[in-house]
Amino acid sequence: MFDFLSDYDNPTLLGAFWVTVQLTVFSAVGSLIWGTLLAAMRVSPVPLMRGFGTAYVNLVRNIPLTVIIVFTSLGLANIFGVTMGTEDLKDRAFRLAVLGLVAYTAAFVCEAIRSGINTVPVGQAEAARAIGLSFSQVLRLVVLPQAFRSVIGPLANVLIALTKNTTVAAAIGVAEAALLMKEMIENEAQTLLIGAIFAFGFVVLTLPTGLFLGWLSKRLAVKR
Amino acid sequence: MTSVLYDAPGPRAKRRNVLFSVVFFVLLALLLWWIWQTMDEKNQLEWALWKPFTTSEAWTTYLLPGLADTLKAAALSMVIALPLGAVLGIARMSDHRWVRIPSGAVVEFFRAIPVLLLMLFANEFYVRSTGIPSDERPLYAVVTGLVLYNASVLAEIVRAGILSLPKGQSEAAMAIGLRKSQTMSSILLPQAVTAMLPAIVSQLVVIVKDTALGGVMLGFTELLNTRSTLAANYANVIPSFIVVAVIFIILNFILTSFASWLERRLRRSKRSTGAVLGADKVDDVNAAEVGGTYGTGAGGSI
Repeated sequence: MFDFLSDYDNPTLLGAFWVTVQLTVFSAVGSLIWGTLLAAMRVSPVPLMRGFGTAYVNLVRNIPLTVIIVFTSLGLANIFGVTMGTEDLKDRAFRLAVLGLVAYTAAFVCEAIRSGINTVPVGQAEAARAIGLSFSQVLRLVVLPQAFRSVIGPLANVLIALTKNTTVAAAIGVAEAALLMKEMIENEAQTLLIGAIFAFGFVVLTLPTGLFLGWLSKRLAVKR
Repeated sequence: MTSVLYDAPGPRAKRRNVLFSVVFFVLLALLLWWIWQTMDEKNQLEWALWKPFTTSEAWTTYLLPGLADTLKAAALSMVIALPLGAVLGIARMSDHRWVRIPSGAVVEFFRAIPVLLLMLFANEFYVRSTGIPSDERPLYAVVTGLVLYNASVLAEIVRAGILSLPKGQSEAAMAIGLRKSQTMSSILLPQAVTAMLPAIVSQLVVIVKDTALGGVMLGFTELLNTRSTLAANYANVIPSFIVVAVIFIILNFILTSFASWLERRLRRSKRSTGAVLGADKVDDVNAAEVGGTYGTGAGGSI
């Protein structure tokens, strides 16, 4: 029943899912960094930075991820000659996909982090200042601990959505799970079985992440 | 501006803010100048590449039909997914375990799987098992994928909407002797639908964006797909991407603005219970009140 799987060795089933995992991890780290920077801009006291952050988030959020990913390949690579530091076409596609995913996901990470900072009542900071804490102490001891704990849930949602969104990389030929499924499903007769295998793969990837982070966010939530 | 992070600025903080503004402005200007310069270097600013968009041909032959297909797929998916989602959401709150558990499993399953896989599967399924003509198949496949995914997301929105109603509503209904189905159909659902409207409109943005997947992977003739035909005809890859991105931004911006206008309006109106679900609230409700689930970026999110 599973004989056909041995016909696929470039990549194998596990290999394709490994690429999906790699895409997810690299994009998650990248978008966490870029998203945090964006969130810092959006809550900063400098109006110009706030404006830039708002504009970035609102523009990027409304463009389909597919458009962004296809643009990195056809626009950035082919027209502008962005090679992402490699001549190998496979590596280049992978890195371009990560670039696109980071640019897109960062907008959602930014919104999640910003909402976390917004959940902290202003009175907390005022009370902290009233007892004579310095700015860095207010931030370190009062605001950030509450903010971080309230964003675990939203960030978990972003991470799960990111895991599923990595399939879009198939549009520019990154050999990840969705591309392999497309190939298998077209060549083999067992449509239902192949669909079930790949569905199971994604359930395995997303379900534990969601359950663990959901449990964590409930455990750490600040009760108000 | 006073926020949790900053006090009202004094003279030193004001000076510092001005300094930051100037530095940031210079950096931003450098970035824009660099982009402009690179575009110029690669001859992307020539008028000949942009000129097609001022003629009616580019719009009537490529962009508008593509946009029409995008909207058609999005509208069809929404219209089919909404009743399906409502049924699944209500079934998930049933008192009977044999209704609650299967519908819960269906909802969680389709929420955990990428839409693209659903579309690819549906496409192949239609090739093998049905006689749908090949030029209509992409639309069917795209709509099927979107319906399966969004019905389960909408099911969660419906459930969150009903759970957000004050408990007294169903208690009062029971007290005057309404049956469970009557309570649901004449008391809870109408109020929940009002509360959910903003979240539902926001979900449309997600659907509109996801139609683009069908354009690349299934050959569905939506906006992103017609863009490539257009770019092949006029040899203007970068301008075509920019125009298509702008169309998507405007379209989705209208939808999000409408959703938040609706949310404000519903919050204000006296007849509602005060329970309004904005796009960003759905996941909060999930986490707070709906045990054992994890959000997958429903509403407004990805």
